[in-house]
Amino acid sequence: MDSKKISVRNVTKIFGKSKKALQLLQEGEPKQSILKKTGATVGVNQATFDVEAGEIFVIMGLSGSGKSTLVRMLNRLIDPTDGEVLIDGIDIVKMKKEMLRDVRRQKISMVFQKFALLPHRTVLENTEYGLEVQGVPKETRIEKAMTALKLVGLEGYEFQFPKQLSGGMQQRVGLARALANDADILLMDEAFSALDPLIRKDMQDELLELQSNMKKTIVFITHDLDEALRIGDRIALMKDGSIVQIGTPEEILMNPSNDYVERFVEDVDLSKVLTAGHVMKRAEAVSVEKGPRVALQMMKDLGISSIYVVDRKKQLLGAITASDAKEAMDRNKGIIDILQAGVSTVTPDTLLTDLFEKVSIATIPVAVVDHKQRLNGILVRGAVIGALAGNNDSINHFEQAQVETAVDQEDKEVKSHGTMVPQNPNS
Amino acid sequence: MEQWFPKIPIADWVDTFVNWLTVHLAVAFDGITTFLQSIVDGMVIGFGYIPSYIFMILLTLLAWKVSNKGIALFTLIGLFLIANLGYWEPMLETLALVLTAVIISIVLGIPLGIWASQKQMVKQIASPILDFMQTMPAFVYLIPAIFFFNIGVVPGVVASVIFAMPPTIRLTILGIQQVPADIIEATEAFGSTTIQRLLKVQLPLAMPTIMAGINQSIMLALSMVVIASMVGAPGLGADVYRAVTQIQIGKGFEAGLSIVVIAIILDRVTQNIGKNNKQGGNAL
Repeated sequence: MDSKKISVRNVTKIFGKSKKALQLLQEGEPKQSILKKTGATVGVNQATFDVEAGEIFVIMGLSGSGKSTLVRMLNRLIDPTDGEVLIDGIDIVKMKKEMLRDVRRQKISMVFQKFALLPHRTVLENTEYGLEVQGVPKETRIEKAMTALKLVGLEGYEFQFPKQLSGGMQQRVGLARALANDADILLMDEAFSALDPLIRKDMQDELLELQSNMKKTIVFITHDLDEALRIGDRIALMKDGSIVQIGTPEEILMNPSNDYVERFVEDVDLSKVLTAGHVMKRAEAVSVEKGPRVALQMMKDLGISSIYVVDRKKQLLGAITASDAKEAMDRNKGIIDILQAGVSTVTPDTLLTDLFEKVSIATIPVAVVDHKQRLNGILVRGAVIGALAGNNDSINHFEQAQVETAVDQEDKEVKSHGTMVPQNPNS
Repeated sequence: MEQWFPKIPIADWVDTFVNWLTVHLAVAFDGITTFLQSIVDGMVIGFGYIPSYIFMILLTLLAWKVSNKGIALFTLIGLFLIANLGYWEPMLETLALVLTAVIISIVLGIPLGIWASQKQMVKQIASPILDFMQTMPAFVYLIPAIFFFNIGVVPGVVASVIFAMPPTIRLTILGIQQVPADIIEATEAFGSTTIQRLLKVQLPLAMPTIMAGINQSIMLALSMVVIASMVGAPGLGADVYRAVTQIQIGKGFEAGLSIVVIAIILDRVTQNIGKNNKQGGNAL
């Protein structure tokens, strides 16, 4: 079997008299004229997409775009008018009630916008609910519910009632309830939309962290583009019941498929979306075994006054300046003697908004290093500003090009190709 | 008018129908009569066994437990007053009548309410019938009730049930249907069966509303005691009725006052049971 956890094929939902409306819809009639002709409202129009196992698939759209209807058709809280919804390759649309119930119990969990907790039950009893209806023995379900509560950080609150908790904590209960029955698929319907911005961001972070351990298949509904870009592996953008574009956050931002998407994304605060990895330029670096003469030559060729120094494993050691190199050359010293350690660095996934300060006070371009301290690239102020201005040339697209790691100059003749243009081929 | 359109003989139809029922369902009616009579008698005898002062103390403690000191004090003084005025026996008979009518209202009303809350069709059929039951003057039920159940407490109970049951049914429907849609959606999403949804979610959340319905049923049943006495039901109602027919203002007032005392006790106690449930569900 392939990795497609959920396959949605031409799923359509029409509210009202559907037969005629469905026919018109399939003939390509627009939503408005169908409403005029038949009085039926098109909720979702022939949506088709796949969700891979282990990914966070975000469905985004403004209110009334059909996203909540669409997600409810994935577990048939709303019955589709037409189309197929395959969960693990099995169509649930044609399923009998009893089988559907089993799917809901074992394969799909859901988190709701307004939490939808049971007010007469404690946090623990709420978390147990999914297991309880399956007839799981009391001890087992308490154990599993406690594990889930621990995961969402609600240990110690298990005997409180939902009303006694803040919104953020209530939604953690909602999340714990969904996690408790170990379903592979998590449907999250505007799960964080009712929370205030700071709590929302915390919850997003926690969801991402949980996801990095659990690898659930998550379908996340939101109307908030920033949220979609933050947590989505892929995003489907909906308008008037139709999916207008599906792609990675970057694809959506950089190549909007039509005017609607473009208008939607134009107000995005790029500094909260783009990372150091997106805007870094190829770093020229000199190996520590080389002499100051080579380093000086490189700097001269590149037209720069300082250069980063790496070891054999391309780990960043520090930087040297041209004047130091010249002096070292005159006095027959090695690079190691004039090395300035403790240069400021950032990781490739640092958001631009978090690195402005470092970039603004640094005397030499800030180094981008990965978790093994290997030099990935450098941040040049002009490129950072260019990226913020939406200049596509200033942004690295990871799909085709991985920015070259620090070049080992051993065999290459240094050429003056400048540091401003990203180099394509991965070495 | 009559020359263009003859009078519709509704009265004849009803008479014919009631006669038919009396003849053909005599066995069933006899059975119901015996059943209700024995419940009421059983209660009266049971209550009668308990010495009045113990009864007072028990009710006072109950009032204290479910509500507060004030209500408990009122219960004690009120019951003492009733005993002092010499209405203890009739009071017990009235209590038996009301409790029987309310228990039957609950036993029939809650399941009916649950059914109607699940099936739109049932609700649509039930609504006009409930309107009819509540607005048709209660005296009118007494006439066929005498035919079916003879004279005495049983027709009184039946008339009381018909009059008092609608609030229990209505508020059961309301309570279940006002459970927020997103909570119902959540129970569906986790794969609950209809029974699980009902027992684990809808009924517990509807409980305060259902209790309010039961409270109203009790009040309506109490309001029927004087009317029930017209067909021979014993109790405080009979004393009031007798006072009315003999124009004994003072006696009528005493008996009426006793009914008021019982009404207030029953109302406050059952009201607070409902409230306690609500708090129990949400507080620590």
